[in-house]
Amino acid sequence: MTEENEDYNVKLEVFEGPLDLLLFLIKKEEVDIYDIPIVRICDQYNEHLNVMRMLDLNIAGEFMVMSATLMLIKSRMLLPVEERPELEDDEEDPRLDLVRQLVEYKKFKDAANTLEEMEESQHNVFFPEGDHVAIGKDSGLALRDVSIFDLLSSFSEILKRAQDEELTEIFSEKYTVADKVDYLLNEIVRKGKKKSLHALFKDMRSRSEMVCTFLAILELIRMRQVRAAQEPGEFTDIVLLKSEEAEEELLEEKPMEEILGGYGDA
Amino acid sequence: MGMHNQLEVIPEIKEILCAMLFATKEPLSVRQMVNVFKRTAETYEGVAASFIEMTVADVEKALEELKSDLAEHRIGLEVVEIAGGYRLRNVTSAGPWLRELLEKGKSAKLSKPALETLSIIAYRQPLQRSQIESIRGVAADSIVRNLLEMGLVKVVGRSDLPGKPWLYGTTQAFLEHFGLKSLDELPGMAEMRRNLEQRELELKAREGSLEEEDSEKAEGDGSDGQDESSAGEAEENDPHES
Repeated sequence: MTEENEDYNVKLEVFEGPLDLLLFLIKKEEVDIYDIPIVRICDQYNEHLNVMRMLDLNIAGEFMVMSATLMLIKSRMLLPVEERPELEDDEEDPRLDLVRQLVEYKKFKDAANTLEEMEESQHNVFFPEGDHVAIGKDSGLALRDVSIFDLLSSFSEILKRAQDEELTEIFSEKYTVADKVDYLLNEIVRKGKKKSLHALFKDMRSRSEMVCTFLAILELIRMRQVRAAQEPGEFTDIVLLKSEEAEEELLEEKPMEEILGGYGDA
Repeated sequence: MGMHNQLEVIPEIKEILCAMLFATKEPLSVRQMVNVFKRTAETYEGVAASFIEMTVADVEKALEELKSDLAEHRIGLEVVEIAGGYRLRNVTSAGPWLRELLEKGKSAKLSKPALETLSIIAYRQPLQRSQIESIRGVAADSIVRNLLEMGLVKVVGRSDLPGKPWLYGTTQAFLEHFGLKSLDELPGMAEMRRNLEQRELELKAREGSLEEEDSEKAEGDGSDGQDESSAGEAEENDPHES
């Protein structure tokens, strides 16, 4: 699977974990956290996991552990109550431990949202001598408007739809992440175009091209050149646009090579 | 000391405070302000010298006057309490013009995983990395390292647990970054703490009832059960006492 992006040496690190993915799916599928439809969520979870594997993202081993846990819960749920293997707290719902963990984590996710709002309001605050609260750049995929799973979810759907129309692999054409980075940088950052994810992938017929394009998007988000936006709380199409940071760098007339940090050579 | 140390014009306390806040880059605590009045009093005579009597209450009162003066006159500035001290700053409604003037776009924002990790540390400090990881369900080393580098988090000690893992907590810079007076100002902090205490009480109560059950059992089963229950109790108590 990795041969498609062999030009792409740096694995994108995903800082989100399996609990983030589960909470994302619970929200997306609009299901009750206390009564998770385990079969549906388990399938969705594995589907997203497969996309992450296909993209060869640097994901935590915990994702596989959770996959196994979900399968186990699923199999226990399918057994009639009296035939379930004796658990420590017998008669207990096999989902209970997971639900507890999710609910606990959700509290901190909500608290993080409040922190985000507070941080936002500090942008307009200056102290004597123009002193301004600012910190160094946060590394990793700095996604705020949409989560990595929003992106993966859309990509997974795009792939599914494309598969129905049968992908043709044209062997004479070779796609690379670097080329796609250049292309998107030109369209979105230099020309300032807005690109919807679906429109971007619409005419692509090669899976390798799709994978390279998607990795290029993630890379540009990581470099803070491109921002992904979505109607808040909606699972609609994602729009890619120039980031505020990119705008400033363009104003400073930094050469693209400097922004890319030698990436173009790859 | 002599007549030449007599100051001709003595500003009001609130004026002096406003000037102090104008000239400092760090949050200034009331205690520091009182000390400045006392030290200045040593060099001058007259009214300035009388400031040696200055108390925390005096300064706090003058700060309140200053706050309402600034608000009343609408001069674009306000005094706020941040990270255990006071600072002079613009009214946030004027922010967009300042950003333009100082060529500051929106400053780098923290990513969601960073904010989540930070909120776990803020609400549960002091805590070790493995505790963060068990809540987020994923490794936290690189995020914690980043937060340390950004100065938002610091090592506050070591746990007594085997391997003596580091304990993390938030910094002064954390409060400043989010414009917080203190950790208590974090929304739901009181509730979060109450829940924690509640849970500990529940755990204790449950242990209590388990003990009772165990001892009831022990009465029937003989001495073996009793040994088990006391060993269990010691183990269970350990985590939340440390």
